[in-house]
Amino acid sequence: MSGFDSYRINERARVAGWIVTGTFLILLAAFFRTQVIQHEKFQLKAETNRLRPIQLAPPRGTIFDRQGRVIAENVPGYSVKLLAPSLDSLRAVLSRFARIVPIDSAGTNEILRRYRLARYQPVMVFGDAPFEVISKLEEHRAALPGLVIQSEPKRLYPAGKAVAHLVGYVGEVTDADLENDRFPGADLGSIVGKAGLEQAYDDTLRGSEGVRYIEVNARGRLVREGASSASLPPTPGKPIRTTIDLDLQRFVDSIWPAGVRGGLVAMTPGGEVLALYSAPTYDPNAFVGGIAPALWRELNTDEAHPLLNRVMQTRYPPASPFKLAIAAMALKRGLIGFDTHMPVPCRGGLRMGNRVFRCWKKEGHGSLDLTGAVVASCDVYFYQLGLRLGLQAIVEDGVLMGFRERSGLDLKNEVSPIFPSSVAYFDKLYGPRRWSPAATTLNFSIGQGENTQTLINMVHFYQALAGSGEAVAPYLVRPGGGKPRSTGLNPEQIDGLRHALIAVVERGTAAASRHADLQVAGKTGTAQNSHGEDHGWFIGFAPADQPKIVVGGIMEFAKHGTVVAPYVIAALRRYVLGPDSTHQAPIKLKIIAPEDSAPRTLELDPDSAAMQAKAESLRAGAGINQ
Amino acid sequence: MRLAAVDRQLAGVSLALMAYGLVVLYSAGQTDVPTQGAGVWQRQFVWFGVGLAAAWVVFNTSPRLLEWMTPAIYGFSLFLLGLVLVVGTGAGTAASSHSWLAIGGHPIGQPSELAKVATVLMLARYLSSRREPPRSLRDLAVPGLIVGAPFLLVMKQPDLGSAIVFIGIFFAMLFWAGVRPRLLFLLASPCVSLLLAFSNVTWGFWIVGFTLILIAWRPYLWDGIAFWLVNVVMGVVAMPLWRRLAPYQQNRLLTFMNPEVDPRAAGYHAIQSRVAIGSGGWFGTGYTQGPQKRLAFLPEQHTDFVFSVVGEELGFVGVTVALGLFCALFVILIRIARRATDSFSSLTVFGILGIFFSHVFENVGMTVNIMPITGIPLPFFSYGGSFFVICSLCLGLAFRVAWDSRLAGYGDS
Repeated sequence: MSGFDSYRINERARVAGWIVTGTFLILLAAFFRTQVIQHEKFQLKAETNRLRPIQLAPPRGTIFDRQGRVIAENVPGYSVKLLAPSLDSLRAVLSRFARIVPIDSAGTNEILRRYRLARYQPVMVFGDAPFEVISKLEEHRAALPGLVIQSEPKRLYPAGKAVAHLVGYVGEVTDADLENDRFPGADLGSIVGKAGLEQAYDDTLRGSEGVRYIEVNARGRLVREGASSASLPPTPGKPIRTTIDLDLQRFVDSIWPAGVRGGLVAMTPGGEVLALYSAPTYDPNAFVGGIAPALWRELNTDEAHPLLNRVMQTRYPPASPFKLAIAAMALKRGLIGFDTHMPVPCRGGLRMGNRVFRCWKKEGHGSLDLTGAVVASCDVYFYQLGLRLGLQAIVEDGVLMGFRERSGLDLKNEVSPIFPSSVAYFDKLYGPRRWSPAATTLNFSIGQGENTQTLINMVHFYQALAGSGEAVAPYLVRPGGGKPRSTGLNPEQIDGLRHALIAVVERGTAAASRHADLQVAGKTGTAQNSHGEDHGWFIGFAPADQPKIVVGGIMEFAKHGTVVAPYVIAALRRYVLGPDSTHQAPIKLKIIAPEDSAPRTLELDPDSAAMQAKAESLRAGAGINQ
Repeated sequence: MRLAAVDRQLAGVSLALMAYGLVVLYSAGQTDVPTQGAGVWQRQFVWFGVGLAAAWVVFNTSPRLLEWMTPAIYGFSLFLLGLVLVVGTGAGTAASSHSWLAIGGHPIGQPSELAKVATVLMLARYLSSRREPPRSLRDLAVPGLIVGAPFLLVMKQPDLGSAIVFIGIFFAMLFWAGVRPRLLFLLASPCVSLLLAFSNVTWGFWIVGFTLILIAWRPYLWDGIAFWLVNVVMGVVAMPLWRRLAPYQQNRLLTFMNPEVDPRAAGYHAIQSRVAIGSGGWFGTGYTQGPQKRLAFLPEQHTDFVFSVVGEELGFVGVTVALGLFCALFVILIRIARRATDSFSSLTVFGILGIFFSHVFENVGMTVNIMPITGIPLPFFSYGGSFFVICSLCLGLAFRVAWDSRLAGYGDS
């Protein structure tokens, strides 16, 4: 073959040599670029390839009461997590897991859901596992690839259900929380406060998470736990000191009658909340490490709504305790004095046009002055006082006294009371001329009508009566710093109202609960409840001459305010007299007259014959004496 | 003595490559998680013995006898390629392809490996029997058929990597036979046209430039027209052809352009391989110590991606040594081909060089993402029985040719 002479073949060999060398250099250049120039980038990629971060939960700050007693603290606990390469393998491991430690199907679904959110992180199985479970799992570690057991601080509330609504509870941050940035700095899997103090002071208490690395292989299987890379220790949360008196708080829980719904709040006239209790209660410890789904459902579907904080999240008609507000308005405006009598003496009711507004006492109270009317809680007196004030003044002064605002307690989710902003509110609600100003005025005069208040907001009003006529917003940790509310009364007027309230307990509606060793001032109330039995109120303070504590209580379906009074007075005595005080005076649960039931108004609509007939029959049945 | 005449350079370099390959293969099996590659280095020792025996047999076979047997070997390998399409099984990454021949469920080898050598022999036999190197398209018809038949059969499996090797063999041997580089360029032009057809602009520039080249070079008229038409046709069929590719083939080509297109699936190999190599740095993470390998992030680390283990554990230095050894092997093979006693031997050795060269360039290139990912093994490094034996066999042939030329006194010219 002619192409194979030595010149040509040497020529071609040289070209081939160049091509080989050139290719060699190209490859070498590519490796140089990857290995030397881009070394650091790929080094980093290699690290992130094989190292998975695990969150280290920070210990939450301790919550103390006013004397330094612990309300919430941390104890060592264990969390159990699983690192799984795929959903299927997670399922397989979980089924083996379930043979060792039972997990129900709801729990399994929850674990799978979490896994889908963050596939490359170990998924939480148990947030708080008891030691027996841990030792069982350790025994079977070989059968559970990807098992990560971590010692983590866990929340403990030594007082348990006694402080439930006060401290609230903790839980894992939800997707919605993260989306709305409700907890700045929180990440998927962070534990945050969900209610009460835990929620309100979460940013102080939470601290920040640390991180630890584990080494995984290409399939995402755990290879080593103690990976070489440095871990970042968590930053513990800061402690908070509250104004709570844990002793009083526990006492309230211990005396609260079983099965009764309601709330009780105690504070100093300076606004420091001493106790905050709502019933039915729950055990906040059950939420630590993730609440069991069954229990969570139960808490949410229970018709008693145990999670509801009845001190600040439920509105009740303020009823008779509101009469003090009406009295204060009239005194402030100089319309009456303490010895002023009303023109119509109480004969069991007051006729307004073609309606009859009853007094709770159908026999009537006769002619009373202001003090006497407060003591007897006479409706007829306050009807007339209300009319003298006029609806306009009641609404205006009510707004000024803060009945339209939240108390400003430093907890989240306090509901606003319902109170009209002006008389125009009624026009808007019912349409102009479709409501009766007189009937509305009478209703407002005895704390009924379009006026519902939270317990804390009513106590906030009495806080002013117990103090100098002004009241700063109640607080648990830090004062709110807003302008204090003012009743606008002078010291003599405050003193007069206080004496009337003392007389209520001494000889009036709450006389059954009085004790000789401590003078208590207070007011009972019975709130009409269209859904069942009436709710009972009692708000009081002691010692009456130099108040140190104001306590308000409400019990749903209690029928009468007199039922609540003994509990509130027990709390007052406990605080003022100390632990010995309560033994000598056992609480009587029997309901004792005089009653303080707010009467239902008879609706006599002249346009409706049927209504009239109904009213006639009611009137006849009740035997009302006109 | 006879053995004293053995090419010592070739012996030194090939033994060094085999030893290096075994050492790396051992490391590739040292992982923290069970992989298929755990004990393969021991089995590779067995294949090492089989390979030596095969090389010895070939070394003792006269090139004349080989030349006489070539049509039979070629025919047999084509038969096997046809057979494998019917009864073949998949293995490893290419589980769905038909590239393995199995007896009783045991894969015994890939006929495509044998076909590469057979094609080299057949092409060498044909080209050496001609008086002149091919000058026109018509002259290239028979070589085209010789390579085209196994090429198409391999494409049908489908095994893109091996198919590329056949193209490498074709061009290498035509070049060595003395075909003018211009004609080789014209032959390659349809491929360029195909690649540039992804955009009308680039293809437009290409076809204009190509027309000017044709006018300047003045090949045979009919050849020129044929090349021009083929270029146009390629430009037209590019998109339909692309659509006919299997999705995994499309993805491999796409991820070659940008591995991040599909980092979990098709781009996974490319990314993990580069991460392992890049984390090696100058001196590597230490023999058997590479974390990416140990944790099995490297895919196919004992077969197709064994070179990434070199990159991770032995660093740029280890890579340079390995590539240097390959480069030395190629230079030695060129020298042997140059000094061969006859054109058949010379072309055969150069064809073997073509096989090795395409394998090394494609395999090493894909580990650093300068070549698309095709399942193609690295000679002497990747685990694989039939391929290792074929490589040894090729070396045996080269030894024989070198030996012949030395005995014939073609020493240093």
